[in-house]
Amino acid sequence: MSDIMDINFNAVTGDLLKMISDYDGTEFKGAYNIRQDSECAGRKSSENVSIEPKTDNPGIVITVKPGTKGETVFIPACVTHSNVDDLVYNDFYIGEGADVVIVAGCGVHSDGEETARHNGIHRFFLAKDSKVLYKEKHVGTGTGTGLKKIDPVTDCYLEENSRLEMDTIQLGGVDRSTRNTSAVLGKNAKIIVRERIMTDNEEVAITNFKVKLDGEDSGADLVSRSVAKGNSHQEFYSLVEGNNRCTGHSACDAILAENGTVDAQPALNASHVDAALIHEAAIGKIAGEQLMKLRTLGLTEEEAEAKIIEGFLK
Amino acid sequence: MLELKNLTWRLPSGEKIVDDISYKATQKLIVITGPNGGGKTTLAKLIAGVEAPDSGRILLDGEDITDLDITQRAQKGVAYAFQQPVRFKGLTVRDLLILAAGEHMKETSLCELLGKVGLCAEEYIDREMSTALSGGEAKRIEIATVLARKAKLSVFDEPEAGIDLWSFSKLVETFEDIRNNTDGTLVVISHQERILSIADEIIVVANGKIRTAGPREEILPALLKGEYTCSCPRRNGGVCQ
Repeated sequence: MSDIMDINFNAVTGDLLKMISDYDGTEFKGAYNIRQDSECAGRKSSENVSIEPKTDNPGIVITVKPGTKGETVFIPACVTHSNVDDLVYNDFYIGEGADVVIVAGCGVHSDGEETARHNGIHRFFLAKDSKVLYKEKHVGTGTGTGLKKIDPVTDCYLEENSRLEMDTIQLGGVDRSTRNTSAVLGKNAKIIVRERIMTDNEEVAITNFKVKLDGEDSGADLVSRSVAKGNSHQEFYSLVEGNNRCTGHSACDAILAENGTVDAQPALNASHVDAALIHEAAIGKIAGEQLMKLRTLGLTEEEAEAKIIEGFLK
Repeated sequence: MLELKNLTWRLPSGEKIVDDISYKATQKLIVITGPNGGGKTTLAKLIAGVEAPDSGRILLDGEDITDLDITQRAQKGVAYAFQQPVRFKGLTVRDLLILAAGEHMKETSLCELLGKVGLCAEEYIDREMSTALSGGEAKRIEIATVLARKAKLSVFDEPEAGIDLWSFSKLVETFEDIRNNTDGTLVVISHQERILSIADEIIVVANGKIRTAGPREEILPALLKGEYTCSCPRRNGGVCQ
């Protein structure tokens, strides 16, 4: 058990927290809520950030006061054994002019035969002129045969001149994941999404993005980089709707290795003459010339491949 | 030093691109020139191990490296600058230079290295070596990755292609500096008179063979004279007809 005030979690959660939420083994610097196996294992509000339990569903309401600057909010969730099906609803209300970082990693550990699943349903309400950097890291650990599943849903509502930057990463160990992200943008609002996924063995990862650019001069930039190894499979679907004068870009770059497979279907839907929308999708194995270049620097083929993938998913 | 013995390489169709080339380097800055399609790039690739010869041997400091693969040759001290720089999504200029150097590099070293190819480290060091860089920028970074290796033998395939006049001048200075202050041998494929003019030795390759080779003082004047004939068929005695 941890000896930290307000926190009471087990060793598996401690290990997962180090991987997913910048936890240094001593404390979280800022407001936090730690969820462990569908229970609260620690919660602390700060002067500017309040975290309260929801009354209608399992989950919390995070409210950031207008004008709050430079604070980080930690809301990691961990499932530490099999036969857990965790469902949580978290709502984030970001006050006008606030500028904060939210770290919301998820770790699932299973040494058993039953499924271990975390399903986090997050809603973001960004008030005028607010900014959020949302960092989300997913890991799966343990040697059990039970499936480790993470299915995040993120719905975002961005008011005028607000900006949401999502940095999501899932590098192996999660057997099944379906990520659904949607956003509705007001005037001059911006959303930037950077997703990196690596799957191996029999893992399956599905990503759905849906962005509505409703406000004048709103913008979206969605970039997904993925590596599918072993017999794993990934699917990438994105739909960017331009309903006003706006800019939208989505890109899916995927590297295939061994028997990995990827389906990518980026879609654009422009209903305004000044909507400027672009999509790109590129899937293939590592280019031979890239391996060759790194080999001319003295790396073996295996080292070169590892370095290329490491850089690609950085 | 580099030695080539009866090196031959054919296309799958059987056409000889490199045809029984033998050569022993005795100087530090060797420039290979000659008409397009004459076999220069293939020769460079054979030396670097990017292509394997159909016959013949390649020796480095007396050691036969013909059967060594690209990695093994690199580890023996062969460096190769590609004519067309390779792009990477995700790997930054810093990543590539550190990989090339084989060790951690201080900011001052990175700055000095990029300065040799006319780039400002502050502006470029953390940029991806992707298609977002222009052809000239990528080319200079490609050259910097070879300079970072401080190799026994460095092969540059048309380093001047795509780079601006100022960077090119800097590059010529850098080649001279390497020649004067290190033990490494440089093999540079080039058509540029300024690079030819700093060579210790010039090799003219055409139709897969060495047409002529020798000290710059002997080869360059004849080469430049010949260039007039090539560039202007109507020129006769300094007057166009």
